[in-house]
Amino acid sequence: MTGKKLTFKIAFIFMLTSIMSMAEQEQVSHETETNHTETEAIHSGKEKQQQEIKDFVNHHLKDSHDFSLYNYTNDDGEKEHIGIPLPIILIDAENGVTAFMSSEFQHGKKVVEVNGKYLKLYHEKIYYTDADGTINYDENHHATNKRPYDFSITKSVVMILVTSILMFILFRNLALSYAKNGGVPTGAGRFFEPIIIYIRDEIAIPNIGEKHYKKYMSYLLTVFFFVWFLNMTGLTPLGVNVTGNITVTLALALFTYFITTFTANKNYWSHIFWMPGVPKPMRIILAPIELLGTIIKPFSLMIRLYANMVAGHVVLMSIIGLVFLFKNWLGSSLSFGLAFALSILEVLVALLQAYIFTMLSALYFGSAVEEHQEEH
Amino acid sequence: MEKLFADFSLGLFVFQSAIFVGLILLLKKYAWIPILDAVNEREEGIKSSLESADKAKEEILQLQLDNKKILKEARIERDSMMKEAREMKDKIINEARNEAQDEASKLKEIAKADIKHETMAAMTDLKNQIADLSIDIAEKILRSELKDKESHNALIDELISEGEDKFTQKQN
Repeated sequence: MTGKKLTFKIAFIFMLTSIMSMAEQEQVSHETETNHTETEAIHSGKEKQQQEIKDFVNHHLKDSHDFSLYNYTNDDGEKEHIGIPLPIILIDAENGVTAFMSSEFQHGKKVVEVNGKYLKLYHEKIYYTDADGTINYDENHHATNKRPYDFSITKSVVMILVTSILMFILFRNLALSYAKNGGVPTGAGRFFEPIIIYIRDEIAIPNIGEKHYKKYMSYLLTVFFFVWFLNMTGLTPLGVNVTGNITVTLALALFTYFITTFTANKNYWSHIFWMPGVPKPMRIILAPIELLGTIIKPFSLMIRLYANMVAGHVVLMSIIGLVFLFKNWLGSSLSFGLAFALSILEVLVALLQAYIFTMLSALYFGSAVEEHQEEH
Repeated sequence: MEKLFADFSLGLFVFQSAIFVGLILLLKKYAWIPILDAVNEREEGIKSSLESADKAKEEILQLQLDNKKILKEARIERDSMMKEAREMKDKIINEARNEAQDEASKLKEIAKADIKHETMAAMTDLKNQIADLSIDIAEKILRSELKDKESHNALIDELISEGEDKFTQKQN
């Protein structure tokens, strides 16, 4: 029962702080509005606010070049951003590597000059511009300016690093606690050890088999905790949407794909290119389908995790946004309650998506090392 | 789909992949292998202790059975020993009794023979004495007969009483 209470408390705190940051971020969109030609067309207050919320949600889903905690408008009507600037690292064929802190951009307001070239931060992307920071658009309202290769330490990179360090400390301590305490874990390890055993006994062994599961355990355990922890940090008011970023899920899915491909045995390949127990003309038709299937599997992994996290964030933040749209006690408190319930659901989804990703990875690995398959 | 491509960032991809590979390798060496080994070891330990506990239980059961058997055997042995002892006792008593009886009868025989012998000796002695006495008397009678008839009679009487006394004396 205490566990349930704790979950409620955590969800409540997450949501309260999310609302607070939303209230502050509302003003961010005021600022971005000046860059938006489209927002100028909006006149009515309600529509304007809707657009603001939409912008805010979009902004939140994107990676960011600085770790902003909150911002406010000071007495002079100036925007003040409170946060940590992050290093920007750009690679360019002509200039080589250039690095500076993201604070130099002043959140897109200022054009930075490096080696005679002008750089501007626009919608969290860095473009080459002229000295005035002019952005050219094509007919679909996409920027046509050239971009340098951006290897900046972004907010997502920072969160990935922090999560990795946290994971290392956590599981290193668990590993060390066995020797100290006579084979019984201490502290947080008591909570995580059953999860590790669950992944071994319920995910790895049934899907991969007793014989081969050991070589995949490191990947499965790492990917499970990595995705889970990042999903959970995505729910904190820091609003670091790492697993809801297509780049991150693509990298994770590619790992599963490569591990499956490089550890696959003869049986796996024969089932792709020359399906046994099927008439020969059919085998020729099946080969490209099966080959495509090997790519679709990790692709579905990528999209599933990305879509679930993005959908969760969008719905949750939109409902929190409703609190500000309604502006009456009944509607606002109703959306507050709804957001609260959804927060709890999102905690569950965070775990569920990590489980599904690990489970399906194990399933694909299992098909790669399966030895004696019965006739289909 | 276009949005997905627009969202893709090469920098983040490279960082994510590099950090993730590093994380897997580090965790594998410093966490997962020690943890899984420790868990495995503990599970094996539990398994083997359970097995040995079962074994010990069986052993105890076997021991109990053995104890019962031994007890039973001991009881049987005790019974047989007691029976034997009882038999031995009876036998010894019987033997002793027989022997005693034999001895007693033997002694009786000897005593009887002794008595017979003594009686015979006494009788012989008595016979000899009586013979001596008779000879004496006869001698004396013969002597006195030569003098007179009266003195002759008196002498016979005297001798008889004398002989009687002597006899009784001897008998006593």
